[in-house]
This record gives sequence, C-alpha cells and structure tokens, in this order.
Amino acid sequence: MSTIETSNLTKRFGDLTAVDGVDLDVAAGEVLCLLGPSGCGKTTTLRMIAGLENATDGDVHIAGRRVNDLSPAERDIAMVFQFYALYPSLTVAENLAFPLHAEKMTKAEIDARVAVVAGKLALGDVLHRLPNHLAEGEKQRVAVARSIVRDPNCFLFDEPLSRLDVELRMAMRGQIKEILSELSKATVIVTHDQLEALTMADRIAVMRDGRIEQIATPHDIFAHPKNVFVAGFIGTPQMNLLEGQLLRQNGQASFALAGQEVSLELHDAHDRLHAGESYTVGIRPRGLEPLSEAAPGSLAATVDLVEPMGAETLLHLQADDQDIRVVVDRHRVVREGERLHLGLAADKLHLFGQNGGRIEL
Amino acid sequence: MFGKRKERGLREAGWGQTLFAGAIGLIYFFPVLWIIMTAFKTRTDALATPPKFIFTPTLDNFVSVFWRVSQQGNEAISTGFGLYFFNSVFVAASGVLLALIIGTLAAYGFSRYPLKGNDTYLFVILTTRMLPPIIVIIPIFLMFRLTGMSGSYYGVILLYAAFNLPFSIWMMKSFFDELSGDVEDAARLDGSSERGVFFRICLPQLKAGLAATAVFALILTWNEFLFALLLTGSDTRTVPVAMARTIGGELGVDWGLLAAIITLFLIPVFGVTYLLQNHLLRGVTFGTIKK
Repeated sequence: MSTIETSNLTKRFGDLTAVDGVDLDVAAGEVLCLLGPSGCGKTTTLRMIAGLENATDGDVHIAGRRVNDLSPAERDIAMVFQFYALYPSLTVAENLAFPLHAEKMTKAEIDARVAVVAGKLALGDVLHRLPNHLAEGEKQRVAVARSIVRDPNCFLFDEPLSRLDVELRMAMRGQIKEILSELSKATVIVTHDQLEALTMADRIAVMRDGRIEQIATPHDIFAHPKNVFVAGFIGTPQMNLLEGQLLRQNGQASFALAGQEVSLELHDAHDRLHAGESYTVGIRPRGLEPLSEAAPGSLAATVDLVEPMGAETLLHLQADDQDIRVVVDRHRVVREGERLHLGLAADKLHLFGQNGGRIEL
Repeated sequence: MFGKRKERGLREAGWGQTLFAGAIGLIYFFPVLWIIMTAFKTRTDALATPPKFIFTPTLDNFVSVFWRVSQQGNEAISTGFGLYFFNSVFVAASGVLLALIIGTLAAYGFSRYPLKGNDTYLFVILTTRMLPPIIVIIPIFLMFRLTGMSGSYYGVILLYAAFNLPFSIWMMKSFFDELSGDVEDAARLDGSSERGVFFRICLPQLKAGLAATAVFALILTWNEFLFALLLTGSDTRTVPVAMARTIGGELGVDWGLLAAIITLFLIPVFGVTYLLQNHLLRGVTFGTIKK
C-alpha cells in the first residue's frame, strides 16, 4: 500500500528547531498539502520524508516500512522540485529515461515508458531539446513526467506551480490533479499558495514555526479553523479578527469591539464564556453585510478604500483604528468616507479564546 | 527618447566603436605580432633601425630552431628542440590533467561535504601559492635530489600537478557551488548512486568550468621557467629552459631564432584556447552572466 506516515518528526539545525514533532498520515491515493508561510518548515518536512535531510528525531514510514535509515533511492519516491531540477546536460527524453536506468529495464521498455509519459504530458515535440531551451511550462511538464515515469511508492511536490504565470498555473493545477487521481498514490504537496492547497488537496495541514496547526479537509479548514492563525491564514481576503472584551452575557453576549458595544446571539456557547475576558471574534469579509441602518449587533465603520475586484468589490473600513474588510456585490455603490452599519450574522462568526484556540459556537 | 533607447537594448556596435576597440586590441596584441614578424625576418631585418614593417619573409629561423649546420661541413645536426617541444607538451599536459582530476574531486568534496573549518583548509591550500617560487625551490630541489626525482619526467609532472592544485581546487569549488543541489537530489531520488551523481549529473554541467581551469593551468605550466630550470635534466628539458640557453654565445642574441621558438611555442596554447573558447567565456565569467 502506498502510504506515508510521520511520527514526532523533528529537525533541529543547531539551536533552531525547523520542524517540531510533526505527525502526518497520508493514505493511499490521498493528496495532502503542507501549507504555511515561508520558513515554517514545510519543505524541510518534505525533504525528511524524501530522505534528503536526516530527521533529528521521530520516524518516517513509507508503505508501512520504517525508512529512517534508507537512502532516498531506496525509499522509492518520486519528487517534483520547485525549480524543476531537470538534468541540464541531458535532453528531455534522457531526463525522462533517467529514473528508469536504476530499474534495470531494457532499452525498448525504457523507450516505451518514455513515449507514454511524453504523450500524457504533451512533450512529444520537445523530446530532443535540452532543458535550457524549454519554456517554463514545458519544464514543469517534464518535471512532472519524470516523476511519474516510474511506478514509485509515493509522490512529493515542492511548490510545484510557484514559477508559472497565473494562466499556466490554473491549467497545470487541473492537469496535476487529474494525473494524481489516476495514479492513486499517497502524495504530499508543499505550497504557500492557499488556492493551490484548497483546490488540489484532499486534506490540508497548516504549518507554522515547525508545527502543524491543523489538519483537515479544505472545507473543514475553511469552515472551522482551529485557531486564530489558521483563521487568518486561510481565505482571501483575510478574515477579520477583532479582539474585544466580553462585557455581559444575558441571553446575548455583548462585546466591546472597535470601541463599540456589539451584542451577538451566541446560542449555547454562553456558559463557556466569561464576562471580563478577552476574545477574538472572527468573521470573513463575505460574512459581513452592510445594513441600511443601525441594528442590534451591528458595527459602525467608515469606508476608507474601495477596491473593485470584478464580480465583487472589496471595501476597507475603519472603526476605531481597526481595519475591517468587507466584500460586497459589484452593483452596490459605496463611496469613500461613507459610514456603514455592518451586520454580524451569528452563524458566520468564529470565536477564539485568549490562547487563540477555537470556541465552538 | 529613453523608451527608444531601451527598446534597442543591446544593439550592434557601429563602425566607430568597432575600430576603436580594434585599435586598443592591437596595442595589446602588438608585442606578440612583433615577435611573430621577427620570426620571419633575416638577422639584418630583425636588427634594422628604424624597425621594418615590410620585408621579405624567410623560414630560415624556423629551420635553425631544429637543425644547425655542423662546423665541419654541410651536415645538419639536431638542436634537440624537437625533444624539448615534446617535453613541454608532455609535462604540461600530464601535470594539468593530474591537477584537474585531483582538484575536481577535492573541490567536489569541499563544496558538497564541508569539513569543520572548511574555509581554513581552503585557505591553507592557497597559502602554498603565496610564497615566491624562488623560496620554495630550495627545499624542493633538495628533496628531488634525495629521492632521485631530479631530471625525471614524473618528478616534474608531480611538481606541476601540485603547483596547479590550489587554484584548480578553488576554481572548481566555485563552479560546484554554483550548481543546483536540487538537481543532484533529484538524481539521488531517481536511484542514482553517489558516483552516478558526480559523473553523470555534476561533471557534464561543468564542461565550461573544466575548460577554463584547464586553460589557466596550462598557460601557467607551459610558461613555467624556474622549476623547470632546476629540476629537469637534459632529456626532460622544457622549451622555456632550452630557449634561455640559446641566448648568449659569440653572436649575441639571435633574435630571429628566439622569435621563431616563441612563435612555435605559442601554437599549442593558441590551439587549445581556440578549441575551448566557447566553453571558456562561460567558464571565466564565473557565472556572472546568467546562463
């Protein structure tokens, strides 16, 4: 079975802990995205799985076998690198054939395999070119083709699309997704692009400072971010995170948010909230609705900047020096300087405690 | 204006610029040109004042590099320069090749598997080239005498290899440092052995670097005089030493002969550099020009 498992995987460079006790479990046919800001340890995690980096602590299991002491070649993994890492002195055909040489295949078998992947990724016309003479998108396709030419245990992708322009990226995203579902192997993709993660992954692991903050399906991670970091990291435009004290709770929870008292209907969460404590109220820019007049639970703010985004318009508002982002339909005409009342729908709220952890509502 | 200029970008030089560059090039090349001209002059033309630019060329000087007429009669006696040319080629080629092989392997080690205090080792390697050769030559001369390497081919070849090693290591290390480690990692994941990574992935990318290092080493070795003077014997003498020995005698300096030797002596280095020039440009720029 093609699976990847890591337990307590840790990497320290001197005093710096790059990866801190990462537990992952990728099933056969599953695509897991490691998502996080740069320097969060996601690439190091990937390299430890590949065997290009030794783990300071913890284990890596591939296909049920502990592989800590195996060389990268013995782990039987295919990897696509961020900068493609094509062999510069070999032609495309030779690049594709390279992984097969270690498999002790006959020339005819190798040629047949190369022809199949070249066909799959539309590389037939460039087989005899050197990598330096390829367009960016072609290089990317060669890198992917080289990774699938063998039949490895699992696949690793390190920022596979970061070098492509927007259009190519969208096309490649679909193509890679298609290929991966066809191969049905355990796959780990490292990316800092949440759109890439949300579209390609079966599950996403959000990383920060070497730790995993949350592992969940793209839907869950968006709908139920486990803490303030994940809430702020996933979703564009970024979720509004307003810190405020809980003033009272008598059927309704009244928060002091952005210098105003805002009452929210929080149903059964009441007994878990304590007056006088600080909480972070999170609401996505599409969850805020401009009302025609002040209402209970609305928040007043002044429009600072209007950014048309095509189908929708992004508004930046100010309320007591807090920046609030709201997305409205493009038909709604809003002027800078206008004062809006924003309705906070309780079912679209995310509430986080003082330690940043999510409080289920 | 600015837009237009930018659009033209790197344009071809005009005639004025080409001539100007050509004139400057000629100033640098003039001594070489003068020597080559002198090689084709008779003794009278060579010593003429004012210097002659137009003259009837002769090949006499080239003939007398290899043969001289015996004092008794018309018998041609070999001057031994055939052997000296062979010695120069053989000793320089072997020394450079040896330095290149050892230097490349060492540079790969320094670049990919740094030791604790890697920079210190690299510095120490270079210090051997910081002393003037005239100081180093005395102990080396004594060591050669002691071990019987004096006057042997392998002695002088080993010495030249050692002499070329420091900067071969430094140059090759800088080329290895420039290679993408990802490419090597990809090869490892694709089932390549460490030997395969070195020979099939790294080395083919370094053709330019190897060519540049080889040419630098070759030029230094080819022209080396001091070590050759003291450590070669009459059978293993190289051209620079033999050339120096033609100076003097009852006729003074035979400039035509000397120029002919130099002209012949230039040909192999010219040839190698010409053959490798495509690689060389990329090599000597040390990656300052993006590939």
